[in-house]
Amino acid sequence: MKIRVKFSKYGVLRFIGHLDVMRFFQKAIRRAGIDIAYSGGYSPHQIMTFASPLGVGMCSMAEYMDIEVHSHQGGADMMERLQNTCPKGIDILNVRLLPDKAGNAMASVAAAKYAIAFKDKSRSFADCAGQLEKYLSQDEIMITKETKKSTQNINIRPGIYACSIEDGVLVFTVDASSAGNIRPSFVYETFMKFAAIEAKEIELQTIRLETYTNIGTAEKPEFVPLDAVGEEF
Amino acid sequence: MQLPDFENHLALSDEILMTVEKPARYIGNEVNAVIKDKNTVDIRFAMCFPDVYEIGMSHLGIQILYDMFNRYEDTWCERVYSPWVDLDQIMREKKIPLFALESQDPIKEFDFLGITLQYEMCYTNILQVLDLSGIPLLATERSEEDPIVIGGGPCTYNPEPIAPFFDMFYIGEGETAYRKLLDIYKENKKAGKSRREFLLRAAQEVPGMYVPSFYEVTYKEDGTISSFIPTKEGVPAKITKEIVMDLDSVPYPMKPVVSYTKVTQDRVVLEIQRGCIRGCRFCQAGQLYRPVREKNVETLKSYAAQMLSNTGQEEISLSSLSSSDYSQLEELIDYLMDISKEKKVNISLPSLRIDAFSLDVMGKVQDVKKSSLTFAPEAGSQRLRNVINKGLTEEVILNGAGLAFEGGWSRVKLYFMLGLPTETEEDIWGIAELSNKIAALYYERIPKEKRNGAVQIVASTSFFIPKPFTPFQWARMCTKDEFLEKAKLTKHAVHSQLNQKRIKYNWHEADVSVLEGVFARGDRRVADVILKAYEKGCIYDAWGEYFKNDVWMECFEECNVDIGFYTTRERDLDEVFPWDFLDCGVNKEFLKREWLRAQKEEVTPNCKMQCQGCGAARFGGGICFEEKGGAAE
Repeated sequence: MKIRVKFSKYGVLRFIGHLDVMRFFQKAIRRAGIDIAYSGGYSPHQIMTFASPLGVGMCSMAEYMDIEVHSHQGGADMMERLQNTCPKGIDILNVRLLPDKAGNAMASVAAAKYAIAFKDKSRSFADCAGQLEKYLSQDEIMITKETKKSTQNINIRPGIYACSIEDGVLVFTVDASSAGNIRPSFVYETFMKFAAIEAKEIELQTIRLETYTNIGTAEKPEFVPLDAVGEEF
Repeated sequence: MQLPDFENHLALSDEILMTVEKPARYIGNEVNAVIKDKNTVDIRFAMCFPDVYEIGMSHLGIQILYDMFNRYEDTWCERVYSPWVDLDQIMREKKIPLFALESQDPIKEFDFLGITLQYEMCYTNILQVLDLSGIPLLATERSEEDPIVIGGGPCTYNPEPIAPFFDMFYIGEGETAYRKLLDIYKENKKAGKSRREFLLRAAQEVPGMYVPSFYEVTYKEDGTISSFIPTKEGVPAKITKEIVMDLDSVPYPMKPVVSYTKVTQDRVVLEIQRGCIRGCRFCQAGQLYRPVREKNVETLKSYAAQMLSNTGQEEISLSSLSSSDYSQLEELIDYLMDISKEKKVNISLPSLRIDAFSLDVMGKVQDVKKSSLTFAPEAGSQRLRNVINKGLTEEVILNGAGLAFEGGWSRVKLYFMLGLPTETEEDIWGIAELSNKIAALYYERIPKEKRNGAVQIVASTSFFIPKPFTPFQWARMCTKDEFLEKAKLTKHAVHSQLNQKRIKYNWHEADVSVLEGVFARGDRRVADVILKAYEKGCIYDAWGEYFKNDVWMECFEECNVDIGFYTTRERDLDEVFPWDFLDCGVNKEFLKREWLRAQKEEVTPNCKMQCQGCGAARFGGGICFEEKGGAAE
């Protein structure tokens, strides 16, 4: 049986990298006594995949991990067992039983919603609404994406599906698919440059609010949270 | 809009944490870390391993003491490690005080700073920790505001090179005397008395406590020690190590702290026994931890199950000086293999003698094709193995290797030492010849169609460093040039073998060994050099890339301390050593006998075969003691 686990990551655990989160859950699952399935061979490993890595320093309200289990005593029981073994900074938010044919968490990711807040509570994006409108009215928002092999100029505007300011926080939904992933920094950096807002990267907090999968088509996408797939158990 | 908590309650700002390598080293909050309310405890104890987090977190001793202290309601024990070089620099620039992981509070606010001393090359890191904490480096310059700096661990068996940096040392096993020490501390504090009054009472009343400032050393004209005497009444002239005789009666951490980031020893560690019956003459641990004491196998089984379920670790390892000598090993391993199958836990079995039993076990728990077998003959010839009392014969090695090859292994690691007392060129050739014989054996024993690729022999040599409380404490150590000459000859000898293409030879740097040799048998005068080297920027000397040999050599010169005095000098049988005021149980007469027997190439039977009267039975334990029905020798 495949189970999708939704969890948050915040507080000091912002400073734990993705590999360490994976290692954390491998051990947490053992502590929780979850009947997870293992691969074969001399060094069996837990069957587990994560939706998308979260950069060090970021918070998230919607991380996802899929695991394969042999048995369970219901979703509430599983959530409680896992939660009891998590330190402050990781909360288990939901568990769902996935249909057998469901794609894995990583391949399912199509979009993600982020919030960008000033760490200094006296600052906010509250009075930038007008500039945001102008920013979004551009046909092209070019960024330079540097990889090990090449430098690419990319127009990120088509990949910004929604963008607004809520309670002084910059909130946007962007393409997070493996082909067109837009890093949150691409959006807030270009916007702040456009709006002439002075702030260092370290003064901002990035929070992943949700991770979505597309249950529509490529032409007519319909984004739902990754835990909208599957059922309660 | 509901946002998660991203306020920073840590000692380091977001900016710093995002700049340094592996910020997870500094944030605490690990699973099983102990958080208490600092207002409800009387004693705050910072436990330090003076090396980077990944190394410090792998150390069993700290986990044991951390657990023990935190079982005390009146004490909160926290951890602190050396900040890595990147953060070290930032903390100095920004004047950020060193902090403990759990509370993130400055170390300076603590009652105690305990520092474990596991190897000599961490000595400058002790000064780093003190300095970053804002604690004066010299004990004499500390005030009532500073924590009591207490050292423990194997290097305290010659604490003299670092004596000026410590208020006190705890000699021996930590489980026995800390409660008494803490009670005296509390009493002293309540009565408004000074740190000096506390130190005096501790030295007078608590066994195993060494307070360097209460001892005076005088030297002879030739530089050796003339006298080493207490300057205060009631302070013992000889300090006997602390020891736990019933290992099942002391606490063991059932919930060790689990790090987020990958650490060196990322597994559950099950200590099965302390001490060793073997008596290899170069081995310090083999003497320091006498007599041998086993834990009950039922206790160990229950520990293993609890620790695995409390940590979620995927691997369990046995810890001891010689696991094969544990009397209930088969029963324990059978049990571990059962849970390993059920819970998909790996078993790692270090320090196992290679024989039919261990090969059978290893064949079941690891991938034979990928793993390698390790032998530690330590010396290349039987003659020299007799000198060092390493009871491993060529026949046993070849027999073990043959069985292993038949079992499917094809990779063998061999460990040797260069520069052992009485070593000749022939002994060095023996290293190459033994490696060659093992390679040849593979082709003899295993028919072509059954070979799992080519055989691979990796022979490694380290340089021999004489250590206190061993029969070789009198031995002359080689110079750096002698060491390198020996490594060169070994290399040449390996290359002269028929199967040389199948043998890989590795050797260590000689610079560090020389320094380690000075610290191992140094006296208080060496402290000046360590202090100067630290002031000139030496830290992390155990890390090759940060070891600055030229700076060290400069410091020896400036302090007018002669390296040869501590390393290459021939020592008289009746010389007073800097560590002679300590008593580890094994007496000097026994060590002397062993030193003389070594020179006559005489093997001494192990404790199981025949008691040698080493002196450790007086603690009321050990094989010889038990066999006599509990009567001391």
